[in-house]
Amino acid sequence: MTQYFQDYITVAVFAAFGVLLVLIAVGASALLRPKNPTPAKSASYECGMDPVGGGWSQTQVRFYIYGLLFLIFDVEAVFIFPWAVRLEQLGGFALVEMAIFIAILLGGLAYAVRKGVLRWES
Amino acid sequence: MTLAIALFDNFWVLLTVKLLAVVLVLIGFSLVIIYAELKIMAHMQARIGPWFAGGRYGWAQPLADALKFLQKEDLVPLEADSPVFRIAPAVSLMSTVAVFVIVPFSPTLIAEDLDLGVFYALAVGSIGTLGVLMAGWSSANKYSLMGGLRAAAQLIAYELPMVLAAAAVVVQAGTMSMAGIVDAQGPDALFTIPGTDIGLPFVMVGQIVAFVIFMIAALAELSRIPFDMPIAESELVFGYLTEYSGIRFTMFFLAEYAGMFAMSAIATTLFLGGWYFPGLNPSVFGPAVMMAKVSLLVFVMIWVRVTWPRLREDQLQSAAWRYLIPLALGNILVTAVLKVVL
Repeated sequence: MTQYFQDYITVAVFAAFGVLLVLIAVGASALLRPKNPTPAKSASYECGMDPVGGGWSQTQVRFYIYGLLFLIFDVEAVFIFPWAVRLEQLGGFALVEMAIFIAILLGGLAYAVRKGVLRWES
Repeated sequence: MTLAIALFDNFWVLLTVKLLAVVLVLIGFSLVIIYAELKIMAHMQARIGPWFAGGRYGWAQPLADALKFLQKEDLVPLEADSPVFRIAPAVSLMSTVAVFVIVPFSPTLIAEDLDLGVFYALAVGSIGTLGVLMAGWSSANKYSLMGGLRAAAQLIAYELPMVLAAAAVVVQAGTMSMAGIVDAQGPDALFTIPGTDIGLPFVMVGQIVAFVIFMIAALAELSRIPFDMPIAESELVFGYLTEYSGIRFTMFFLAEYAGMFAMSAIATTLFLGGWYFPGLNPSVFGPAVMMAKVSLLVFVMIWVRVTWPRLREDQLQSAAWRYLIPLALGNILVTAVLKVVL
């Protein structure tokens, strides 16, 4: 088995064990805990009142714009890491390239801020 | 003896040993952090804190809490999306356990020193967000839904400063491997105290800005005060955890405290020199040095929790997008320029 496969088998086993840990805990708890559901207990919690309307109510979602901004910068982060590792070999040329790239993105962020997408007053 | 060595050469045997060791450290240290938080917060607020459980100083309080939670009924709301509701804690804990693959305790005590190191830790660590969002969405509760949305927005906003702060360290170290980053702060480092071979940690040679950004982002990623809007008690009951009870709630709780340990361990490796301390042999004292540095950062996190009030949701977003991200990008550029020039 190559080192590469061993590395990622370790990762897979650790991740699987995280899930297993929850299963073990829930299983152990099932032996100890009571199970006695009533309609009142199974209702959604709303500070003691009967729930009004459904749980998946419509909310004013301000967050989608952050999702868009995040996508742009996360892709940038993916570019930055390989660049960061090889920077010493690549030298000044790569540095200037990345400076231009980051400047363009910062320009985009400044535009978004100026447009007021981060302001919450309606 | 030779049999033992032969056994340890087997990949699967070694993997099992690593897994058990990591899980014991994870659960043990989480219990210690929970107890330390109760005690430290109590003393900072002129209270005594846990006192009776276990006889002396209430040392068994976290164990007693865990046993109590084990016996509580596991309620799933009738309206809830039951499978998603049940899986959510597993997703959350899975990402936390997986991060521990790359936490280095000494030059040899590391589950697997992946080449991707830091990148892997940040990528896997953010899968936990999915668990939080699943919990918030599946509960069919208005508070949970708001808490889940807030958590998702907060975690994506602070993911970026964290990743970019770590990228500056990668630029300086020239590698993403956790062991490699510690070595770059050890005796063979580029920067040493003049006339000696004592390496300086990155926080002392140019990455102080990145360190501060990383710690702020780590607090936000962990949803700890002053960034605990996803579970803000005074507004949202208990946010995305409102409908959780008993053992499933405990699993989220464990994921949070194990996450504190994981974040502190990553910050220690990136900025504080990991297992390295001048004059101490890393293969003997490495784990103790590492634990001491991690404990220091955990203490700071608890201290911050006692000190600051909660931010408002829009303040949180604008702090990340207007200040931390441009600052982190600038920090990368300065580091890169210095790296190329030097």
